[in-house]
Formats: sequence, structure tokens, C-alpha cells
Amino acid sequence: MGSLEQTVSSTDHHGPAKGITRWLYTTNHKDIGTLYLLFSLNMFFIGGCMALTIRAELFQPGLQLIMPEFFNQMTTMHGLIMVFGAVMPAFVGLANWMIPMMVGAPDMALPRMNNWSFWILPFAFSMMLSTLLMEGGAPNFGWTFYAPLSTTYAPPSVTFFIFAVHMMGISSIMGAINVIATILNMRAPGMKLMDMPLFVWTWLITAFLLIAVMPVLAGVVTMMLMDIHFGTSFFDAAGGGDPVLFQHVFWFFGHPEVYIMILPAFGVVSEIIPTFARKRLFGYTSMVYATASIAVLSFIVWAHHMFTVGLPLVGELFFMYTTMLIAVPTGVKVFNWVATMFRGSMTFETPMLFSLAFVVLFTIGGFSGLMLAIAPADFQYHDTYFVVAHFHYVLVPGSVFSIMAAAYYWLPKWTGHMYNEAMGKLHFWLSFIGVNVTFFPMHFLGLAGMPRRIPDYALQFADFNMVATFGAFLFGFSQLIFVYNVISCIRSGKKATARVWEGSHGLEWTLPSPPPYHSFTESPTFTRPHRNDDRGG
Amino acid sequence: MSSQAYYVPAQSRWPILASVSLFLMAYGAGALINALSSDSGGLLGLGLLLLGALSMGLILVGWFGHVIDESGQGLYSDQMDRSFRWGMSWFIFSEVMFFAAFFGTLFYVRVLAVPWLGGEGEKGVSNMLWQGFEATWPLMNTPDMKAFPGPEGLIDPLHLPLLNTLLLLSSSVTVTVAHYRLKQNRRPQVVLWLLLTVALGCAFLVFQVLEYIEAYQELGLTLQAGVYGATFFILTGFHGMHVTLGTLMLFIILLRVLRGHFAPDHHFGFEAVSWYWHFVDVVWVGLFLFVYLI
Repeated sequence: MGSLEQTVSSTDHHGPAKGITRWLYTTNHKDIGTLYLLFSLNMFFIGGCMALTIRAELFQPGLQLIMPEFFNQMTTMHGLIMVFGAVMPAFVGLANWMIPMMVGAPDMALPRMNNWSFWILPFAFSMMLSTLLMEGGAPNFGWTFYAPLSTTYAPPSVTFFIFAVHMMGISSIMGAINVIATILNMRAPGMKLMDMPLFVWTWLITAFLLIAVMPVLAGVVTMMLMDIHFGTSFFDAAGGGDPVLFQHVFWFFGHPEVYIMILPAFGVVSEIIPTFARKRLFGYTSMVYATASIAVLSFIVWAHHMFTVGLPLVGELFFMYTTMLIAVPTGVKVFNWVATMFRGSMTFETPMLFSLAFVVLFTIGGFSGLMLAIAPADFQYHDTYFVVAHFHYVLVPGSVFSIMAAAYYWLPKWTGHMYNEAMGKLHFWLSFIGVNVTFFPMHFLGLAGMPRRIPDYALQFADFNMVATFGAFLFGFSQLIFVYNVISCIRSGKKATARVWEGSHGLEWTLPSPPPYHSFTESPTFTRPHRNDDRGG
Repeated sequence: MSSQAYYVPAQSRWPILASVSLFLMAYGAGALINALSSDSGGLLGLGLLLLGALSMGLILVGWFGHVIDESGQGLYSDQMDRSFRWGMSWFIFSEVMFFAAFFGTLFYVRVLAVPWLGGEGEKGVSNMLWQGFEATWPLMNTPDMKAFPGPEGLIDPLHLPLLNTLLLLSSSVTVTVAHYRLKQNRRPQVVLWLLLTVALGCAFLVFQVLEYIEAYQELGLTLQAGVYGATFFILTGFHGMHVTLGTLMLFIILLRVLRGHFAPDHHFGFEAVSWYWHFVDVVWVGLFLFVYLI
């Protein structure tokens, strides 16, 4: 690694600016990464409060706390905020922090656009949240906003929802373009694509998915806007359109979208497990190909969300088989993670605990997904709590746990301090128990026939709902431990070494902890970690 | 030049200003549209929208001006140039996917939804909604003629649309000729060919407006004329907006050429606009085939 001072024409390369302008005007990938992560954490708590509102209402049958109308607004906003405000920005934040350091670049490829990508988000979500105060209330049609609920029967605030979605889309597309340009153009000399850490690989593929499908989301909300305000009939059969068309276009976006939320998680876990198993990743190449296959398949499975809507039989069969095909590359991944741990000298620090829980619980979510993929069975499960259980298993102990794992894994690198390990473990165990207590009973509720998105339910569902609500509050409040741990890690704590973890490898660990404000102003020398016998020892 | 360090710009206030403008535009547009739909004025929305658009325009001028200055100072390495190229390529790919959503809509409606409503195919049972409805394409008679009165006539593809096809195709040629002349550093020729390209773009837009007037006033082909009108206007409308933007960008490039910008071997701004123009052209070919002709 060369000197960190650069003489050639790169102006103003000193430390961060003082005060608020540092954050408003920044072009630094670390600052922007931090902004993304803090924004995401905020949204996680806002969306979490909505989830707890939902669970509190469902604690007992009957209407106790809120009106059905408001309940619908809560389910809608909870979904939108968690998907677009919490999970996606968290992964973009991790990408911002880690990709330049992992590929040995001075920063992201287009630093000013990077700032713009972030700062659109607070405005977009302010607009989205402001709909709660508008006449007629916030959007109440579910996060999937199916027409005609979101067109003919929507509250007036739907217009602001549409423009908020447009803003998020612009932000995501620009962020993804930046990620791709950085990965393809900014790697340290000598680093080939197949030398890249898996987190970088998964993000490259995720960014491709984002650029491919966010415009389709923009298209579908635009058609909604036209139907609502300008008299078109895209989703109205009276004019020759079709409400089912909405679902096709939406899920053409929506299915790749769910992989956008899980592929970077695969990347994170593929970084962490080798570190704490003290072995290199088993089957690096197959991991790359599996990720790419999942991405390709994600474009031809969308209608498995619509089995009960009245598709032609050939469509049901096609989408059933392609969906089941996804289990193959996903199985390769799970196998590789397990094989990486096989005969490794494992230790169980907090990031590893979250990653292990990820492998087990994400796989449970995958299996319930496989059940849902079977079209005739899905006629039973569709729109029940079984679906809610399924996607919360892949999103909470899936995506969210991987984000937690990543935060613990890289916090010492970011802050220069070790976090409190005992508190981290406490956070993990409470989260692990909370998640399972919340979502596991939902499988039973769904199989017994409890529909999703209702504020009231029949008496026979009472016990499991009560259990789920206990779990949700346990999970929700245990996240405060995480916040406390992060704050105290930023402020103080044992000094972290550059390597941080005994088994870590990769360029980011060659930098001091915390890394200088501008890392790798001169390209580092790159040696191949995946090719030689580097066991990270 | 390739050994030069990658230029990481210092702090910049353009992005945050652009975020504020974008917010004003989005919020203003939302307020305006809602007000128009409920007939309750809309001055606030209109004001915010215009304020946002105006400031966004100024910001873009400032931001791009900044980039042009930096480029002129030689701060950008070849690697930086590649970043711009990747950025523009993927931006165009995102635009392709945006249009793909609308083309997909057109094909779905035409091949599946409308025939089903007419009683054909596996979901022909939906014919019971409007018995007697017959599926045709273009859809002249909608299922519910009261709510969505179908068009009385159609645009003849072999008049204005064919002319527009020729105009846009030749504009793609002229912009490429301009590019070659720039590489040969024959600047007066560059100006001439660019001017011609801008003129062709403007002519296209004029004819498109004439076509819209004809559609609305004589043919009853409107946004409300059922799903044929809806797909027709969303595809041609968004394409028209892209031509407008492309023509504006070409015009700015022309002004920059007149000011002496761009070197024969270093002119990515020019190339980016030309890529964009070719993209707009290719979309039009798709439109001409699938919206007008077939």
C-alpha cells in the first residue's frame, strides 16, 4: 500500500469538513455509507413501531386499539418503509462503506452522484410519511398496492405515494449505477472479477437487478397515476385493460426486488462465515454462478405471486417449475456455507452468531417458499398468515440479521473500537428468540386459514396471535440494545487492530481501524486470497 | 494520463440542492394533480412545481458547468472517462427497461387481456362481464362505451408516423456524421450537422404535436378512449418527452461546440448525448412497428 498523500491534482484532500456541511455536501463514500446506515436504522424503528402497532391490535381478537382503516394504513406503511427505507438503504450503506475498500478504490466512481442518491431518500420518505397526516389518511392498499384498490378506491394521498416511489426509484438507480461503475472500473490493478470478495460480487449482480427493475416500478406507478387522474384504462376492464396486468407489471419488478434484498445478504454471510470458521469459502466459483443464476431466474418467476388470480394453466405450470428451479442455486449456497464450516476452527462472536442464524432461519423461509411455489398447494396458502410467515422469515432473520451481522463485523473497522461482545450476544439471543416466537406461530395460523391484512380474527386463532405479539415486542425492544452498543462503540471501547478478526482477509483489513478519511488514494497491491492457500491464519 | 490519480471531487453543494428541487417538483406535482382532480385550485402545487423545475434547471446548469470546468482543467483521467461511460450506458439501460414496461403492457393487453374479454382463449369466460363485446385490435369499441368511448378513427401510419420515422432515422445519421467531423476536428462541419440534427428533432416534435391535435380533435383518439388510447399515448408521450430532452441536450452540445468545447479525442459529453439520441431513435422504431404499423 502506498502513501496516503497524493500530489497529483486531486484538490482538497484533507480530512472531513466541520459541522453539518460535512454531511450535506459530502462526496466521501464512508460519510455517505454512514448516512445510509443511520437513515436505515431510523426507518427500521419507524417501521418497527408500525409493526408493533399491528401486533398490539392483533394481541386479542376484536378491535381494541385502532380502527380497521388505520390498521390498513399501518400494514401498508410498515411494508413500504421496511422494504424501501430500511433494508435497501442499509445494503446500499454497506456497499458504500465496503466496496471501495474491498476493491482498493479511492472512493465510489461518481462521488457527487453518490451524495445525491442518498439525500433524495430523506425527502422521499418525509413525503411518504406525511401522507399519514393527509385527508383520507395514508395509502391503505398494502405494500403491493394492487389495482383497483390503489386506483379506483385509493385515498387522495396515493398521488404523493406515487411521487415518493418515483424519488426512491431515482435514488436506487443512481446508487446502483455507481456501484456497477465502481466495481467494473475501480478495482485495484491485478484484481480480476473472479478475485473479488463475494460481497462485491453479490452487489454487482444486485445493482444490475436494481437498474433492470426499478424503472418497471416507475412505469407501473405512472400507469396508476394516469388511471387515477387522466382517465386511462390500463387496469380497468371496462376500457379493455386488466387489473391483473397491474399484478404482472408489479411482480415483474417485485420478484427481482426480493432478491435485491437478499443477494447482498448472501454476500455478507459469505464474508463472515469463512472468517470465523478460519477456512476460505468453500466453492467460491459456484457461489458466483449460483448468485448469477438466481438473478437470471428472478425475471421468469414473477407470476408465482399470482397463482390464484386466474392465470391460464400453462402459466401456472411454467411459473411453478421455474420457481422451484431457484431452490437449486440457493441450495448450492447453503451447502457451500455449511461446507465452509465443516471441520473449521469455529468461534462464535456476534457476527458469526447472526450469520449462523441466517443460514438456518433463511433456509426455513426458503422451504416455506418452496411450499408456496407449488401452485395447487398455494391455492390453500395464498393470502394467509403462512405467506406472512414465509416472507418475514426470509426478510427478518434473513436480510435484517445479515445487516446486523455486517454491522457487528465491520463496526470495529469503521469506528476503530471493539463493540461490547457480551451485549452483542445478548442482542443476538433476544433477537433470535423474539423472531422465532413472532413468526413461527404464523405458519400454523396461516395453515389453519387466518387471512393476512385483517385487524380482527376468529377466536380459534387467539392463542398463537398472543404468542406472536409477545415475540414481536421482545424482538422490537431488544433492538435498543443494538443501538446502545453501536453508540458506545462509536464513543469508546477497546482499540481495534487493523485485522480486527483473527481469520479476516481481504483489502479492507489492510487499512488501519478506523480507516483514513481517504483510503487507497494510490492503488494497493493485490494478492489473490481465493487462489492460494490463504486460510486467513 | 492513465497513470493519473482518480479525481475525487471535494465537497459539493449541488446534490443536496438538487434533492431539495426534486422534492419541490414531486410535492408540487402531487399537490397540483390532486387539486386538478378535485377542482380545488392548485396554485400552491403549480407554484412549487415551477419553483422546483426552475431551480432544478439552474442546478443542472451549475453542476454540469462544474464538471465541464474540471474536465477542462485536465482533472479527469482515462479511468474517470470510463466511469462516465459505464454510468451513461447503465442509465440508458434503465431507460430501456422503463419503455419495456409499457411495451410489455401493450403486448399483454393486445395478445391476452382484450381477446379474453372478447371470449377467446383460456380466460374467455371474462366475456360474461360485457356480453356481446367483440375483441378487435386496434380496440375501436371498448367493453363499456359510456365510460370509455372508443376512438372513431386511427392515425394513418403511412403519413405522419412514416415521415417521423424518416426524420428520426436521418437524425441518427446526421449526429453520427457530426461526431466523425468532430473527430477530424472540422468544426464548422460539426456545427452544421448538429444544427441539422436539432432541426430534425424539432421537426419530429412539431409533427408529433400535429398528430396529437388530429387524434384529439378529429379522431376521438384520447387518453380516455379505452386501452388503445392509453397505450398509444403513454408510449408515444414518453417517447416524445425523451425526444424533447434529447433535442435540448443536442442543442446544448451545439452551443458548447460553438464555444470551442470538445477536443477531437476527448468529448464524452458529445458522445453521451449521441448515445442517448440513438436510443430514442431505436425506441421510435419499436413504436412505429408495434403501435402504428402492425
